[in-house]
Amino acid sequence: MQFNSIPFLLLLTAALVLYYCLPLRRRWYVLLGASYLYYLAAGAEYLVFILYTTAVSYLTGLWLGRRAMRDATALAAAGELPREERRARQAKDRRARFRILVGGLVLGFGMLAVLKYTGFVLSGVQAFVPTLRIPELLLPLGISFYTFQSMGYLIDVYRGKAQPERNPFRFALFVSYFPQILQGPISRFGDLEPQLFGEHRFQGERFRAGLARVVWGYFKKMVVADTAMIAVRTLVEQELTGAYVVLLILLYSAVIYGDFTGGIDITIGVSELFGVRLKENFDRPFASRSVKEYWRRWHITMGTWFTDYVFYPLSVCGPMQRLSKWSRAHLGAALGKRLPVYIATIVTWFLTGLWHGAGWNFIVWGLLNCLCIQVSQELQPLWRRWQAAAPRLCASRIWGCWQALRTFLLMGLIRSLDCYRNVPLTFRLWGSILTDFNWGQMLGDLTGLGLTPADWGVLAAGVLVQFAASLLGKREPLRERLSRRPVLLCACLTLGVIVILLFGSYGIGYDAGDFIYGQF
Amino acid sequence: MKRKQWIACLCILLCGGVLLWFAQLLLVPKYMSGNREGAMTAEYYGDGSTHDVLFLGDCEVYECYTPPTLWAEYGITSYIRGTPQQLVWHSYYLLEETLRYETPRAVVFNVYAMRYGEPQNEAYNRVLLDGMRFSDVKLRAVLASMTEEESLASYLFPLLRYHSRWSELEAADLQYLFHRDSVTHNGYLMQTAVVPKELDIEGEPLSDPTLPEICFAYLDRMRELCEEKGIQLILVKAPTNFWGYYWYDEWEEQMVSYAGEHGLPYYNFIPLADEIGLDWSTDTYDGGAHLNVSGAEKLTSYFGAILRETFGLEDHRADAELSALWQEKCNAYEAEKNGGTS
Repeated sequence: MQFNSIPFLLLLTAALVLYYCLPLRRRWYVLLGASYLYYLAAGAEYLVFILYTTAVSYLTGLWLGRRAMRDATALAAAGELPREERRARQAKDRRARFRILVGGLVLGFGMLAVLKYTGFVLSGVQAFVPTLRIPELLLPLGISFYTFQSMGYLIDVYRGKAQPERNPFRFALFVSYFPQILQGPISRFGDLEPQLFGEHRFQGERFRAGLARVVWGYFKKMVVADTAMIAVRTLVEQELTGAYVVLLILLYSAVIYGDFTGGIDITIGVSELFGVRLKENFDRPFASRSVKEYWRRWHITMGTWFTDYVFYPLSVCGPMQRLSKWSRAHLGAALGKRLPVYIATIVTWFLTGLWHGAGWNFIVWGLLNCLCIQVSQELQPLWRRWQAAAPRLCASRIWGCWQALRTFLLMGLIRSLDCYRNVPLTFRLWGSILTDFNWGQMLGDLTGLGLTPADWGVLAAGVLVQFAASLLGKREPLRERLSRRPVLLCACLTLGVIVILLFGSYGIGYDAGDFIYGQF
Repeated sequence: MKRKQWIACLCILLCGGVLLWFAQLLLVPKYMSGNREGAMTAEYYGDGSTHDVLFLGDCEVYECYTPPTLWAEYGITSYIRGTPQQLVWHSYYLLEETLRYETPRAVVFNVYAMRYGEPQNEAYNRVLLDGMRFSDVKLRAVLASMTEEESLASYLFPLLRYHSRWSELEAADLQYLFHRDSVTHNGYLMQTAVVPKELDIEGEPLSDPTLPEICFAYLDRMRELCEEKGIQLILVKAPTNFWGYYWYDEWEEQMVSYAGEHGLPYYNFIPLADEIGLDWSTDTYDGGAHLNVSGAEKLTSYFGAILRETFGLEDHRADAELSALWQEKCNAYEAEKNGGTS
């Protein structure tokens, strides 16, 4: 059940009516019911997997919580202990809880690994054993998102940052909350729990802001992303070179931005309709001046998940500290200090790539992002010198625009790995940008890419509207401003719906409906 | 929100609704030229009069029988509710709908569609279903006919299907915003060209000659509906002489058996082509697949005699009111025939 489908809109309407009819304390029942209905619509067979993840993380969380309480009670009952003995006992208890955590993580991530990566691993093995058969496994809807969210919960419980949820139904809602299950944001239990189970009264202004955000999301997805996707498909299928690769980079940037940020707008907007406030996942990412900044603004919840649960723990774990000591002693202070950080960064980006998809394209995509960030980090002294030499230029708006453009193009280039069928082909096509100067041919052939001149006009207008909205909403999102002016908002919403219905890419003849991040 | 704001918002929403309604009217294909078949279903509602005979089926009815000839030669009033590749369930729902407006004495159903057990093509669904007036029958017809890629919503709000036509709008879309011209003669779509049949036909071997069960189920429903209303159901197979429209002996046997089992009259006109007087060098407009106006007149003349003699349909030519009405129709028919539009 896609967000841009009639059944979803019907489910949402029914859930909203029921939600606001029920007493405040029982409203979350509706969210749970709607979430499972939404999931069931994708296929009853997928239900097993989400129930498995829910059960594993719920039971492990409970176990961790009880064990922590038992350890604390036992320690308190032991009375005054010598410091060393107390520490040893605490460490022993922590190790026991850590084993429980690892068990839960293995069971949780294990299912994701089996379902998502078996084919990829076996296809590698198949190169050496051609007779090997690769089984076709189901890939449940949103599995990466709900697995990461659940495993994040376990780590938070282990760290004492979240209390284990005792009610299995409440926990089931945390895992399956339908607006975000398809493509995030990846929420933390501590953030989402008060929102899902809080008593939300109907608030007109908030409801209107949510509605505006939903319509805006549909606009981005259906008018911009899905229209651009038609040309992207042609460019990819025909493996066109030179200027066409540049065009693909630009168009795919419009696709991924409209698709993913549009999807998140719908997610957050739908949640607002229920009074549930989710964390923002984007902060005008295409205005970023560096790759590092870009990743602070793009898919924020995924970035923080990897930072908090992979990068930091990895950087400070025992083996890494020992490596740090060793490298300082043998490789010098400068490199010795950086080596553990490098390793943790590489591992984090490798896993980020792998999270996006089981394929070398995604792994190389992750590692290239890592390379850009590391190189940029290493060149910092040089940049500082440059800034000192030309302070006026570096502080100017033009320089800022150049930095943003440079980052946009670089990220677009790396992102095009999503599109092509393998890494060597992608590299060859990147190379063709420098060797095939077919700009004239490309410009004369725009209508041969599946879009009519009118479609190009709609696409250009859609991109401009997004750009203008981004500029105008720099300080405060436009929808927030509009929600305080109901009549103007109503006019904008009506106009938005008309524009989407008339100019959106949907229905028979279009094949771009699925949200890209729903496949991750 | 204050009261004034509520009123303003309601007005905006109303304007938006009107705008969408207007956009829908504008974007829906008008079928006034080119694929005129798309306008045929809706044209029926403008006819207003009742009919002795109702024809149901695909191009083998709306291009092979001419109601003006049936009137001119036998005084029998008729209407053809035919559309391209009309499937059996399409015919059933059209029959059910038509019976809400009138009760003809005979329903003539062309059996060629019995070969199709599944929805074939969105375009053929559209040309039939878009033209139907909104009713529970239409809803059931849509649900029975949709291909996998179609949605009910797009039939309820055709804008969802035709929204992308905004870049292809023509002057005709404005011209026919609120009305349509008549494109048929009581459902008969005239073809005046002559393209003779050149090759002798031979059907390719069938992998499974069994006609789909679902078709017989809908034929049963048509039969029961006719029995309930005291209407004579007549099964026919139009004459063709083209490989793409080959009528296999195995299919023929099944239809003969069905008709015999339920006491229904069944006329296969393929072997009767010579008796009808069809000349495949002059009476077809597409090499033998369908009849042109000359062939259609010959077939109608032949079938009219059957309707009169076997089923006793009355001659209404003495009825002054009907005569005046049909004279007008016949004049229009002759005008198009002599004008040579095809």
